[in-house]
Amino acid sequence: MKLSRLIKTVFMVDFVTGLMIAIKEVFKSKKTINYPFEKGQVSPRARGEHALRRYPNGEERCIACKLCEAVCPAQAITIESAARDDGSRKTTRYDIDMLKCIYCGLCEESCPVDAIVQGPNFEFATETREELYYNKEKLLENGDRWENILAANIKADNPYR
Amino acid sequence: MNNFYLLFNEIYKILFLLIPVLVTVAMIVWLDRRVWALVQKRRGPNVVGPFGLLQSLADALKYIFKEIIIPASSNKVIFIIAPIITMTLALVAWAVIPFGENLVLADINVGILYLFAVSSLGVYGIIMGGWASNSKYPFLGAIRSAAQMVSYEVSIGVIIINVLLCVGSLNLNDIVLAQQNMWFILPLFPMFVIFFISALAETNRPPFDLPEAEAELVAGYQTEYSGMMYAMFWLGEYANILLMCALGSVLFLGGWLPPVETEALSFIPSPFWLIFKILFLFILFALVKAIVPRYRYDQLMKLGWKIFLPLSLIWVILTASYLLYFNLLPEQI
Repeated sequence: MKLSRLIKTVFMVDFVTGLMIAIKEVFKSKKTINYPFEKGQVSPRARGEHALRRYPNGEERCIACKLCEAVCPAQAITIESAARDDGSRKTTRYDIDMLKCIYCGLCEESCPVDAIVQGPNFEFATETREELYYNKEKLLENGDRWENILAANIKADNPYR
Repeated sequence: MNNFYLLFNEIYKILFLLIPVLVTVAMIVWLDRRVWALVQKRRGPNVVGPFGLLQSLADALKYIFKEIIIPASSNKVIFIIAPIITMTLALVAWAVIPFGENLVLADINVGILYLFAVSSLGVYGIIMGGWASNSKYPFLGAIRSAAQMVSYEVSIGVIIINVLLCVGSLNLNDIVLAQQNMWFILPLFPMFVIFFISALAETNRPPFDLPEAEAELVAGYQTEYSGMMYAMFWLGEYANILLMCALGSVLFLGGWLPPVETEALSFIPSPFWLIFKILFLFILFALVKAIVPRYRYDQLMKLGWKIFLPLSLIWVILTASYLLYFNLLPEQI
């Protein structure tokens, strides 16, 4: 062992240096946030909880093309459709099993009318499994609740689509 | 009636010591996590109560309401006794720690021997827990822990001899009073460093937390424990850490003595000085936990047997020679 190395070991120079750095770090600003009370920024592209959007006149966007059902790699989406009285094709059932979903965003990408989207909400934990089997009502309600943010996000992401 | 009064008096004194110690143990867990977090620029527990001070209380409540799982293949009696032994021994040792000139529960004249004996027994709780679990990770953790604690106890013992040479008494209060002119940290500084590192190893703190190396041994000897039994191991461990800090402050930092004998400082009652010193040592413990990586097992053994033991033995000879040559040996011997 070299003499300088030996002196360093005996007097624990590295250890004391580390201790000084640690003490210095204590007084630096924090890198974490008080999560439930303050929240971090969420990207417009964030792939969180799903929502079904409506047109401004209240008509639901989904045309039951079932592209999302076909593209879904986890096969989490189940759609049944029927022709309505006015002749337009609409879904009678639109279920997403949020437990199967892998949040890949392919459904949103495949949708020709921007009906199914993934919003910025990632805090939808529940106490039972059943609550995470989303149906059409729940998804539409999500859409109504988050519409402002969803529309803004789609607009923000528009140049890259 | 007189006996009854005496018994009541003793119980009162014991409670007066134990309850603050237990509360401090809970607070110290919070302090440990908080210091660790601050070094890593995190916030640490800050939600439950002011500054998160009640976090440990919330954790304890959680542990109480959790189910205690006793493995089917375990040796049930020993399995249950193990955490009780760990915690009891960690608390029992506090009896001889002097908080002031007359503020000591049991002022026995072999206090340091008693302390040393009790802290040596602490390893039994861990061995029993690991053995009785009848599972491989606890077993390996317990073996490591036993080897580690026994190795470092040897060097701690020799370090204590150093201090005793300067004091000439085994009574902890005498040890404190002998430091009135100069704390032993100044003449025996290398011994203090070795004592500190050995105390880390003795209490299974990082960088010597091999018995519970989570990457290799899940949680070491605690793996099979759950609920309140786990919490008792946890309490015992922290009470032991606190005890080691107390021992360090009594042996080297002048116990309950203020730094300098002046009017201004003697205004603060003596227990507070001991508590300040314990806290100071504990914050050092917590800082060390945040900055050092874990030792390898062979490095641990090498450090204990090949470096610390010879070093402290040589220092005993040096201290003894010095005291003898300058005729400074304490009168009691």
